[in-house]
Amino acid sequence: MPTPKKTEAGYESKALKPQWEKLKLPETDQGSVVFSTDPLIIKSHYEIDYLHSYAEDSPFFVGLSQGQLRGSECRRCHYKYATPRAYCMECGNKTKWIELPLEGRVHSWTTCYFGSEAFLKETPFNLVLVEFAGIDTLLLSRIIGVTQEELRVGMKIRAQFRRNSRFDPTDVYFVPAEPVVPRTGAA
Amino acid sequence: MRPVYMISGGITKFKKAEPRKSFRVMVKESFDYAMRDVPKLRRDMIDGSVVSYFSDHFTRQLMAGIMATDFLGLCPKPNKRVEGGGATGGLCFQAAWEAVASGRMEVCAAYGFETMSHVNTWKGNEFIALASDTNFDYPVGGFYSGYYAMMAVRHMYEFGTTVEQLAMVSVKNHKNALHNSWAQKHLDLTIEDVRHSPMVAYPLTLLDICTMSDGAACCILASEKAAEKVCSNPVKVIGIGTGTDTMRMADRPHGKVILLKHEDPSWYRDLKYPGVHSFRAGRMATKLAYQHAGIENPLEDLDFVELHDAYTSSEIQTYEDMGLCRYGEGGKFIESGAPELKGKIPVNPSGGLIACGHPVGATGLMQAVFAFWQLQGAVAKHNHNDGTIQLRPKKKSRPMRGAIHSHAGTGTYVTVSILESAN
Repeated sequence: MPTPKKTEAGYESKALKPQWEKLKLPETDQGSVVFSTDPLIIKSHYEIDYLHSYAEDSPFFVGLSQGQLRGSECRRCHYKYATPRAYCMECGNKTKWIELPLEGRVHSWTTCYFGSEAFLKETPFNLVLVEFAGIDTLLLSRIIGVTQEELRVGMKIRAQFRRNSRFDPTDVYFVPAEPVVPRTGAA
Repeated sequence: MRPVYMISGGITKFKKAEPRKSFRVMVKESFDYAMRDVPKLRRDMIDGSVVSYFSDHFTRQLMAGIMATDFLGLCPKPNKRVEGGGATGGLCFQAAWEAVASGRMEVCAAYGFETMSHVNTWKGNEFIALASDTNFDYPVGGFYSGYYAMMAVRHMYEFGTTVEQLAMVSVKNHKNALHNSWAQKHLDLTIEDVRHSPMVAYPLTLLDICTMSDGAACCILASEKAAEKVCSNPVKVIGIGTGTDTMRMADRPHGKVILLKHEDPSWYRDLKYPGVHSFRAGRMATKLAYQHAGIENPLEDLDFVELHDAYTSSEIQTYEDMGLCRYGEGGKFIESGAPELKGKIPVNPSGGLIACGHPVGATGLMQAVFAFWQLQGAVAKHNHNDGTIQLRPKKKSRPMRGAIHSHAGTGTYVTVSILESAN
């Protein structure tokens, strides 16, 4: 391109426009997934990875990876928790870690045929609240190897652990510890 | 504390999805409805407001409360957001009561909303389940219907409650809603219909569970002086109670029943309480509200109850928490017909959450609006002249009274407020 000649009034060229007339966002192939134009409904994506610290609960999850079920006991009033907590809800004092038995009983249960999106593909699955002898509170877990028709309050159950830990509370799950038979009552 | 009156209320018709209106427009519509009902009330007489919505995940707009508030033209006056899961609306109502009772405001508006249609139902269930302990509960299979189902199973085990009794609650509430034009669902059901609908989490079927909704509701509360000026037919708030319990159901203690005034400790000698069969927060909220209102026996001293029936099982559990029957007798109570429209104490004459819908932040305020219209004798006026669900005062010796009950995640936050006709 020939160099434009400069006069007192400015550059003489017809080919070049002033710089500000050329400003332009680059075009992209990004756009929206549109479901409707009346009203306008678009797909809006949202995703995030957290650095989630288990903080004071960490020993519970590490324990699961070692085949141990850890609960809490209040240092002052000796209330015993199947789901650990750093401070006692009864008296507010600090708790210490205790080891829970690996056998318990079904305190309550359900079979989920639907669920949150994250668990939908796992349906149907069973949830249980587990009670342990001598422990004051319960533990929420899953039970396998038993159906809605066979689950019952009071059933003897046993903890099992994943071999490859996920470091979440599903590293422990329960299985029946007595012969499974159809339930007679509603619960 | 000085007396507080409810002088107006408004709601939008709750829908599965309302994509044509943002939450601000829905709140504005409910607010305008309430303002039209008290024409003498000017916007500049409102000293401030409280706003409620449950989930930032559903809204995907932080500080949505101020956006609703600036839409109503209530800036730069005081406002705050109140949040407590399913009880968000009930807590909002009580926060407005506090603002007026304390003397901070003469007139306070309480409004709430939820827009739950912006994600699919199963994602919505995930958002709701994030209101459970995310270390210990959510990852196991976070699903609120599953949590309530386990409470229902234990109630069935402890007390012999049947799945048919649960279904009766759904049948009753849906029947009442046939005469409520505001209700999201109008269904004439049988017990068989409820039991034969898809199982969600045993023993709860699709028709035992409320749906997600888009909607808004608004209540306007005022001091006696301000109420007298603008409203010929106000309703007095005579009792306020709030209770709490542990987030994790697994942590609920197995101790002694908190007794109401008309109850005898010998009734519950062998009952371990609350366990997972009862809502201790519901009982505490009830006890405080009854004490405040001077209610000695709810069956005699109340004319109706609007309670949080997100699940049929939780309505049965709540009959007991509110002392409408003894602990353990909730199943028999629905069977007796006592909570029906023509029964001893109508429960959810509006149709409750199961039929009206549950846009969380609006729900507790919706209950207040329905109770307000009942106590004004104005149901037909707001319901296309259909007064079928309008209740009459039970007694001439006292003003007509109703209780509203708002409840969050497996009974973590519960509010009970008692309203009384002032005429």
